[in-house]
Amino acid sequence: MLANYGYKDASGDYFITIDTDKCDGCGDCIPVCPVQVFAVVDEDPNDPLRDEPVAIVAEDKRKKLKYECSPCKPPSNRLPLPCIEACKAEAISHSW
Amino acid sequence: MCAVKESEVAKQEWWRWTESNWCNPDIDWRDAEYVTVGIDVGSVSSQAVIAADGEVFAFGNMRTGSDSPNSARNALNFALEATDMPEDRMDYCIGTGYGRVNVPFADRSITEIACHARGANYIYGPEVRTVLDVGGQDIKAIQCDERGKVTNFLMNDKCAAGTGRGMEVFADLLGLPITEVGDRSFQVDKEPEPVSSTCVVYAKSEATGLLRKGWTTEQVLAAYCRAMAERIYSLIERNGVVPAFAVTGGMAKNRGVMDRLMPLVGLERMTTKWDTMIAGAAGAALFGDALCKKGKGRKK
Repeated sequence: MLANYGYKDASGDYFITIDTDKCDGCGDCIPVCPVQVFAVVDEDPNDPLRDEPVAIVAEDKRKKLKYECSPCKPPSNRLPLPCIEACKAEAISHSW
Repeated sequence: MCAVKESEVAKQEWWRWTESNWCNPDIDWRDAEYVTVGIDVGSVSSQAVIAADGEVFAFGNMRTGSDSPNSARNALNFALEATDMPEDRMDYCIGTGYGRVNVPFADRSITEIACHARGANYIYGPEVRTVLDVGGQDIKAIQCDERGKVTNFLMNDKCAAGTGRGMEVFADLLGLPITEVGDRSFQVDKEPEPVSSTCVVYAKSEATGLLRKGWTTEQVLAAYCRAMAERIYSLIERNGVVPAFAVTGGMAKNRGVMDRLMPLVGLERMTTKWDTMIAGAAGAALFGDALCKKGKGRKK
């Protein structure tokens, strides 16, 4: 499943997508994020019949991703995003 | 001192719609192995669906109050009223929607994303691949497979533009019952330009300006319905639309928005005999049945 967390407002689209078919819930994305955007839960909240753990975007971050992610997204000299680099399964992507 | 007489018009509840409950007389709950219940406590409406062995047996659909636990209880009582089943026959109960953690008698909760896909799969049939849920306070665009399992979802939970709540604001502004706004929005000679589609508050102040300029209420409604259709389309466009396309939630009943949305999507929307508002609760009840059959559900 492609789980798109985030929102669209008048200034643009701010979504983090987690491909839950690739994610194995390893949790490597959690410590690398400076603002703890990610969390791992034992059961996929959007697929109750799945039994493996999976990463999600923490509920209290979903409505402010534009601001939470801004430290990793400077206007110039942008380095690769730590969450995307840390994910060996390549399950994480950002829309902006 | 003279008594202040409140205006009748000011007190009228333009957002009011008919609450309903229903029971399938062909299903006997006594024969069912599992009776499961789904409660969807949304921001505007609450539904309770009772399923007997994975078939919808009864439902109740009513307005959510300011108190979530009571809304859940009232919706369940309303559904039970339509049946002759005692409440303790219920094997498993799942809460979903905004108020899902506030359903005191639920055994567990499941997100509305999963429940809407599952519910749409039931009420529209297994051909559904894209489910658009336009609820009271958010829009969800969900893609699912033939079993109703979510494959892709997108939800805008930050902003009420393009949702039922926005339509209530307009019904109230224009003094029209919410159930009539769809038809009334087509009583215009020429389709007007849409109002702001990014924000209900901006749209409302824009509409107030248009009324002062001499626009008719129908023209303003048409402009708002058009803006809502564009807003909804801009969201579903992100993930693409795979046929067949189905709409759930209260907004599926609003022709003013739906008939303007479908040409943008370029598809027909599916039709159903069911009330589109029960999709989430139906999905929850069906998950209850699936969990019971997996041995993960049954209480005690």
